[in-house]
Amino acid sequence: MLSDAMAIQTAEATGRPWVETLHEWVTTVDHKRLGVLYILFALVFLVIGGIEAVIMRIQLMWPHNNFVSPQVFNRMFTMHGTTMIFFVAMPILFGFANYLVPLMIGARDMAFPRLNAFSFWLTALGGFLLYFSFVGGSGLYGAGNAPDVGWWAYAPLTSRAFSPGHSSDYWTIAVLVSGFGSIGTAINLIATILSMRCPGMTLGRMPLLAWLNLVMSAMVLITITPLSAAQIMLLVDRYRGGHFFDTQAGGSAAIWMHFFWIFGHPEVYILIIPCFAFMSEIIPVFSRKPIFGYPVMVGATVCIGFVSMSVWAHHMFSIGMSSYSNAFFTLTSMVVGVPTGIKIFNWLGTMWGGKLIFKTAMLFCIGFLFQFLIAGLTGIMLAVSPFDWQLTGSYFVVAHFHYVIVGGILFAVFGAFYYWYPKVSGRMLNESLGKLHFWLFVIGFHLTFDLMHIPGILGMPRRIYTYEPGRGWDTLNLLVTIGAFVQGIAVLVFVWNLVFSHFKGPRAGNDPWDAWTLEWSVSSPPPEYNFAAIPTVASRRPLWDRKHPEDPDSRYE
Amino acid sequence: MSAITTPIAQAPEAWRLPYRGKVAMACLIIAESAIFTIFVVAYLYYVGKSLTGPTPREVLETPIFYTICLLSSSFTIHFASRFLERGKRGAFLGMWFLTIVLGGLFLFGTGHEWHRLIYEHGLTISTNLFGTTYYSLVGLHATHVTVGLLMLGIVLLFGFAGHVGPEQSARVDVLAMYWHFVDAVWVVVFTVVYIVGR
Repeated sequence: MLSDAMAIQTAEATGRPWVETLHEWVTTVDHKRLGVLYILFALVFLVIGGIEAVIMRIQLMWPHNNFVSPQVFNRMFTMHGTTMIFFVAMPILFGFANYLVPLMIGARDMAFPRLNAFSFWLTALGGFLLYFSFVGGSGLYGAGNAPDVGWWAYAPLTSRAFSPGHSSDYWTIAVLVSGFGSIGTAINLIATILSMRCPGMTLGRMPLLAWLNLVMSAMVLITITPLSAAQIMLLVDRYRGGHFFDTQAGGSAAIWMHFFWIFGHPEVYILIIPCFAFMSEIIPVFSRKPIFGYPVMVGATVCIGFVSMSVWAHHMFSIGMSSYSNAFFTLTSMVVGVPTGIKIFNWLGTMWGGKLIFKTAMLFCIGFLFQFLIAGLTGIMLAVSPFDWQLTGSYFVVAHFHYVIVGGILFAVFGAFYYWYPKVSGRMLNESLGKLHFWLFVIGFHLTFDLMHIPGILGMPRRIYTYEPGRGWDTLNLLVTIGAFVQGIAVLVFVWNLVFSHFKGPRAGNDPWDAWTLEWSVSSPPPEYNFAAIPTVASRRPLWDRKHPEDPDSRYE
Repeated sequence: MSAITTPIAQAPEAWRLPYRGKVAMACLIIAESAIFTIFVVAYLYYVGKSLTGPTPREVLETPIFYTICLLSSSFTIHFASRFLERGKRGAFLGMWFLTIVLGGLFLFGTGHEWHRLIYEHGLTISTNLFGTTYYSLVGLHATHVTVGLLMLGIVLLFGFAGHVGPEQSARVDVLAMYWHFVDAVWVVVFTVVYIVGR
């Protein structure tokens, strides 16, 4: 059955005009191709967002530097934040979910393939609109081109008076449109996971990746939508003369903050939960042990899903809420650390006594464990409202959330690349280049983001385009910038590895890691229909059962 | 246990999963509810905060008749889909048509009220906070009614062409779920705008 699939694949891959191939990719509704499109789209934006970060770091390398103007600096941090969250992190994680979920639950495609394509192209349109602002944002009239209101776009910066031209509109519509795309994909993922599982794949036997993406999608439904609603209100304000966020007419700027962070904080969990999913698939395989505490893992994720909905105002301690609000959001923010800690212990429990194999994918996972823990600890510090009053809006906060997003999310995503690249491309990634990538990135990451905490504690505010010399920030900022360059080089090594291995890497075969989930039962890359015959499963590790008929998991479940 | 001798256990006889259309519509309803929640919160937060008139108490009139129209359309669509399930196409089409008429009446009512507010009281979306929040919230709901009517209309056209039978019953039910949601939202909007907000 498997060799048949291989034969059909190779027969297809004979020379065809490239226009035809392109047409196939543009009009595809296949979940695997859309997954790859999502990931490629995100990688392009990762490079763009990375260049913006490097521009900011060069500007801050020395005091009184004149690399870019203050106006350009404002555009850079706005575009960097918006790009990285909406057009890198979200699409890359949706890409992996798209590719993997149907394969892992034994389905031939998503529940709604055309909705899937529609959602992807909406996201792509959003990314295009955001960057079209550079030409379309009325720059010629002196009204500024790209959005420069920060990625939170706090009122009243976005009002007509302070943001003339169309730059804020491009931001609003880009985020709104990509939000609709996200909602479409979330609906699709939930319907796929609940309605398309292969026979025997009960909820209790689903791979954790499917479970965690189910929780993530449910969170998307109720947290992206408040942002969409707020964007609609902002458009009403800007185009129909509404007063939602117009303090001159009795409107409130603080309510924008609430609406934004009701989206903004759960968004962090929307991004990290799929990364938890990668951890939960990769760590067991390279520890040669089944995941420790599967039901607790699911429970903790659902718990995070609920609790993370009620922590948003810890981003707003400094705006003067009542002491009850401050106490409430301090407590909830600390509580959300508990289920997250449970997960870390589960991964450690999985590794404990296991036969660890230090492939690049596993190295990135171990890096994730350490760094995400530290990011969580600074998070707990910032959850204490008096501490937050002192350090909010400083580089300490910037260092904290980059520790989560780079040290946590990006490390997990890199791990996922090294783990699933053989399945997607049919070739192995080069291990030596991978290890070089890992170590360079670890060094660059720690140089940048460990040190970045210190100028924050010393009082360096975020979003300043330059600073006075002699405040003790100079050397640190230089080192932080050097670290950013090291990370940039590491990413170039990674991209080179992706391209090089696609053509020259050794053939992967169906199951290079001796793994246990269904995606490894089909050829690499999988045939268009995924499974020649829909599989039937009897345990959480169907491939283990198939490889070890003398001692299947199903005997113990 | 048989699992010991045959590691890949046989599929349970009845492997039934929920219908994906229903799951997806339930998800859409959850997402839409969140959008409406934010608009409702904004409306409630801004009640009485307008710096200038007109105020809701001065200009709003409770649309009892049109509300009854919309709410009864939930019953007609319910009966329509039950008729379809049992293969009574004529009765289905009648009830379906009646649903569209009731929904259309409601939309006419909203339009009529807006016309009155704009031309008699000079209340537009940019007049004051009440205008902004009122037109946004009621307008968001009216948009959903309009979308619903368009989809109901498409089904009606297919129905007249004879293409809607009991085999489409599950899909028609999904559309009915959306329509029930639009009605339920109106109960909330009505309470907030015409009772609490005054």
